Amino acid sequence: MADVSLRDVRKSYGAVQVIQGIGMDIADGEFVVMVGPSGCGKSTLLRMVAGLETITSGTISIGGRVVNDLEPKDRNIAMVFQNYALYPHMSVFDNMAYGLKIQGLAKAEIEARVQRAAGILELSKLLARRPRELSGGQRQRVAMGRAIVREPSVFLFDEPLSNLDAKLRVQMRSELQALHRRLGTTTLYVTHDQVEAMTLANRMMVMNGGHAEQIGAPLEVYSRPATAFVAAFIGSPPMNLVAGRMTADGGAIEGEGGVAIRLPVARPALAGREVLLGVRPEHLEGCAESEAMLQPDVDFMELLGSDSLVYGHLGTNKQGARVAARLHTSVVAKAGHLPLRFADEHLHLFDPASGKRIEP
Amino acid sequence: MVEKRPLLDFVSHAVLVVGAVLVAFPIYVCFVASTHSLEAIMQVPMPLLPGSHFLENYKQVLLAGSTKGSQAAVLDMLLNSTIMALVVPLGKITISILSAFAIVYFRFPMRNVFFWMIFVTLMLPVEVRIIPTFKVMADLGLLNTYAGLTLPLIASATATFLFRQFFMTIPDELAEAARMDGAGPMRFFVDVVWPLSKTTMAALFVIQFIYGWNQYLWPLLITSDESMYTVVIGIKRMIVGGDAANEWQLVMATAMLAMLPPAMVVLLMQKWFVKGLVETEK
Repeated sequence: MADVSLRDVRKSYGAVQVIQGIGMDIADGEFVVMVGPSGCGKSTLLRMVAGLETITSGTISIGGRVVNDLEPKDRNIAMVFQNYALYPHMSVFDNMAYGLKIQGLAKAEIEARVQRAAGILELSKLLARRPRELSGGQRQRVAMGRAIVREPSVFLFDEPLSNLDAKLRVQMRSELQALHRRLGTTTLYVTHDQVEAMTLANRMMVMNGGHAEQIGAPLEVYSRPATAFVAAFIGSPPMNLVAGRMTADGGAIEGEGGVAIRLPVARPALAGREVLLGVRPEHLEGCAESEAMLQPDVDFMELLGSDSLVYGHLGTNKQGARVAARLHTSVVAKAGHLPLRFADEHLHLFDPASGKRIEP
Repeated sequence: MVEKRPLLDFVSHAVLVVGAVLVAFPIYVCFVASTHSLEAIMQVPMPLLPGSHFLENYKQVLLAGSTKGSQAAVLDMLLNSTIMALVVPLGKITISILSAFAIVYFRFPMRNVFFWMIFVTLMLPVEVRIIPTFKVMADLGLLNTYAGLTLPLIASATATFLFRQFFMTIPDELAEAARMDGAGPMRFFVDVVWPLSKTTMAALFVIQFIYGWNQYLWPLLITSDESMYTVVIGIKRMIVGGDAANEWQLVMATAMLAMLPPAMVVLLMQKWFVKGLVETEK
């Protein structure tokens, strides 16, 4: 058990800085998910914690001990790789026992630890098999078993579920949660899948271009995104973001080509300012034309069953202000104007230049 | 493909049979010749059925050798050939696998320069550098020794290259996982790289065994002492002059004996050999 702290961690390859000063304190037993698009540096950051990449500047400490110059094996961590990285010529048992053998533990102790981990992961019957005789989910469990037997103070997961099919991913997700509840080990988890991030994390770090856009609990990140990037990244389908200028009374925004959205509550303080207005598709609801805050022209719909996704645009430019809404199927109108409204608590405003949130 | 086309079956089998006969016939003639007396072979046409001198001929070459030309016993030559054909591939594999491991898994200055230097030697086969190599071996006093016979053939760019290509297909994560498990580089080599390379090594062994066994030019140069002859040059040394001056039945028996070991190695290691060339178990 240990806490992990990152202090202004940076990483450069030559002139290119891929991690641009990240700081975070991870409490003992916390499950932290680092999420972001490809190339945002999340895997690099995890590998720096693991000791597989050097740290250009800043410090990483685990359990109060600065580990910058320690070999991975001396950091008391265990890592699960995206492609499992099981030793193909070793049995499941040997795969899990390999690290312990190198540590020089007694045979009986190794046996006991592997059996215990195999029990937790329901691998007991597969211990004699080779990795190639296992399914993807089983391989993933072996990779996790290899991490568990070491009884590390921190688990590191690098996109562990992305090689699994959708159904298995959901199942492994809940197994991971159960495992964390059971072991209570500090966990750092990297994924590009925001659903994984939302469901697994105690806290999540949304990364973009080598820096942390926002660090917070999943619900907080969802309901109060700190930047337009986070707003667009978290949530599916992504939040609608419409650029425009506040009217003189602060009661609406107007954009190019006749784009207009009325605000539920006027914001006179922001009058005349350029903003990005954000509202999530699931927070839009159908209404009478007189109550409408926005009236997109419907382009196409996706029927999901109970809900439907309606895609449309505001104003005259079809490619301009695109809007998606998740509506109850009974409300879905045919093509043409669709009057929609939303509650004030679901309004997000961002500065178009910096992308930062403007408190409404 | 599941197809029933009798004519196609017939034609393809006919082609295969003709091909097999074309390849096998000279070997058969060689075998027949090794079972007759010299007089019988010298008749025109030569008999095409095995004769009665099989045991006699083989016993003579194995234990005593030919009475003309080289007079070393073929058993000794076979032993020399075996030593050469074992030391060359084993040496090659040992050196190549280690150098490939260094090139793939370690970052050291001029790594690529070293790799290309090894690679460039591919362009210089034994025959091209044979005179300077001979000079070096002679200066080292290695003429007529097993070391002289095998040492220059052990360095191998081909094998290094083959291992390098194989190592590059091993996922980096495997090396990283081993690092997380606390395995140092040599431990990783012994516990992971070596076992994974087994089939590649087997394939290389087969190829290099035959390469070592069939060496002709180099043993011809480096050995002048009959006791160091390999069987391949032994055959040549038995042939001294005109047609009638040679004991052809003994030459043919020696040729048969020279063919056997490589054939045995291929047959016995065929499964591994094919596995090593096609398998990608990672």
